Amino acid sequence: MSLLEIDNMRVTFTTADGDVNAVNGVSFGIDAGETLAIVGESGSGKSQTAFAAMGLLAKNGRATGEARFDGKDLLKMSLRDLNKIRSKEIAMIFQDPMTSLNPYIRISEQMAEVLMLHKGLSKTDAIAESAKMLDAVKIPDARNRIRSFPHEFSGGMRQRIMIAMSLLCQPRLLIADEPTTALDVTVQAQIMQLLGEIRDEFGTAIILITHDLGVVAGFCDRTLVLYGGQIMEDGPTQALFDNPSHPYTRGLLKAVPRLDRADAELLTIAGEPPDMSRLPQGCPFSPRCAQVQNTCASLRPELQGFGTDRRRACLLPLEEVA
Amino acid sequence: MSTILSVRDLSVTFDVRRPGSWPWTPPNKLQAVSQMSFDLEAGQCLGVVGESGSGKSTLARAIVGTVPSSQGVIDFEGHDLAAMSPAQRRVHRRDVQMIFQDPLAALNPRMTVGEIIAEPLVTHEPGTSRTERKKRVQELMEKVGLLPNLINRYPHEFSGGQCQRIGIARALIMKPKLLICDEPVSALDVSVQAQVVNLLMALQRDMGLSMIFIAHDLSVVKHISDQIIVMYLGRQMEMADAETLTTRPEHPYSQALISSVPIPDPALEKARVRPILEGELPSPLAPPSGCVFRTRCPKAQASCAGDLPVFKDLGQGHFVACPFHAAQDVLAVTA
Repeated sequence: MSLLEIDNMRVTFTTADGDVNAVNGVSFGIDAGETLAIVGESGSGKSQTAFAAMGLLAKNGRATGEARFDGKDLLKMSLRDLNKIRSKEIAMIFQDPMTSLNPYIRISEQMAEVLMLHKGLSKTDAIAESAKMLDAVKIPDARNRIRSFPHEFSGGMRQRIMIAMSLLCQPRLLIADEPTTALDVTVQAQIMQLLGEIRDEFGTAIILITHDLGVVAGFCDRTLVLYGGQIMEDGPTQALFDNPSHPYTRGLLKAVPRLDRADAELLTIAGEPPDMSRLPQGCPFSPRCAQVQNTCASLRPELQGFGTDRRRACLLPLEEVA
Repeated sequence: MSTILSVRDLSVTFDVRRPGSWPWTPPNKLQAVSQMSFDLEAGQCLGVVGESGSGKSTLARAIVGTVPSSQGVIDFEGHDLAAMSPAQRRVHRRDVQMIFQDPLAALNPRMTVGEIIAEPLVTHEPGTSRTERKKRVQELMEKVGLLPNLINRYPHEFSGGQCQRIGIARALIMKPKLLICDEPVSALDVSVQAQVVNLLMALQRDMGLSMIFIAHDLSVVKHISDQIIVMYLGRQMEMADAETLTTRPEHPYSQALISSVPIPDPALEKARVRPILEGELPSPLAPPSGCVFRTRCPKAQASCAGDLPVFKDLGQGHFVACPFHAAQDVLAVTA
């Protein structure tokens, strides 16, 4: 049984301009100890899928479907029960560590709170435990610096603090939402190395939400590609990168310049990302697809399994994807 | 080939006042750019890379002329920027144009696309008739891939990629000789990023533009540039042609920076030898003595704290500021 099983999840936001369908029937699972990448451009629904599972949607958002953690549906759970799972069993780290840390409260207090609440430790013990965790994520002079405020740290250090905080209760699942997007490449490499150590040491399952295909390539066992709130394809990372089965994935991989190659011209995906309140009836990618067929705009392709542990949602036969 | 821009020994210093200091206490000096020297040949693209806080954008602003240099010479087509007469300065402002990172923030939300693109024309060629102006704006919109019938729309009606195209059209309407792009694609989605990169490269070819391309994404910089400069804490670490710099850099910082860049290839990524740089950029208010990189450098020696390393010429346009430089294959994989 998967650790977390998302089943036919839909997320809709009610806005003054009508309903916006951010996630449209997404189903996938992640096993214990596995690393899964959710890849997509802005507006593809990658973050909202995770937010919905964690009960963190904005007030105008509704989620339907199921998100089963250990067999229990997170979407139907009371806030009380959900709070016992959040941060203890499933933890989350966000793109911008400054906005997820409270600027008025010392790091020691913010971290200790987690342990006092979930493990019932005394404050002294909780702070000592937190300092150990900061040390583990390589914050220099952790025992003294734990008394600092968030603004006294650099962006990379703050992300380390967020990671330390998320690990306090040794969660079984860590959801990292664009954890390195705001950071420089050298710091990104440090953070990804740290996440790798955590995975190897604690066997934590990690969902990495990102738009950076390079980061995914080095880190994740499995990759899931989202577009317009739907899964375009998923499968083992190596197979998916070697042999993308969907025109969107194929286009995406050809659109990024690579350091190890000299391409004359980048291949582009025509058009703009979709307007989520006006998605086509059929495949959401059809207006931009270079290999679009007559039926694509009206007929929604089913996500179908093929090969070893892979799925794709495309009307075009696999051999014809170019 | 002729040199269009020649920068010698350029430094830019900012005064930083500590909050709560007395008015008569001298302000702290922040060296944003220190002693940079390079040439840009006409029609070429120079890439500038470095971490945030390395002085890339300040360098761009100094060349455009929006921040004054504290030392050194910026020579654009034979004229020193600091010594220009007001008339020459007007010409310089026309000939050097800039595009910015946040495409929407760079456009006035209350002006229509037509007004935005035509504004430089109104400033620099006030005599142009309205019909002529409209004609030129529409021609340019077509050239950058915008439908000319959108001329009366406002910026908020466009997506990020389209806004960046508007910014490019505005920069190009005066037919500049030098275009400075400060992180032009960082805010865009991957699929749109490729469109804008291709557009810039095509425009550069067609119009014979010289470009300075600043970005933190090395893969994009490599793709678009002829030459690349690596900056760290306001100083040049290395300069070479794009291919050499991204495959066999000589400076330890360039090596660390380039090996940090992920490549979308799982097999290669897992096998790569990757020295990870420890620590973070020191404060530019108190840079290390001697070589500014020595505090994080894996090759640092005691002597590095003493003298500034010489920006040594290795031939074929390859310069490196490190006495212990050695070429390293940064794409090497473990056997």
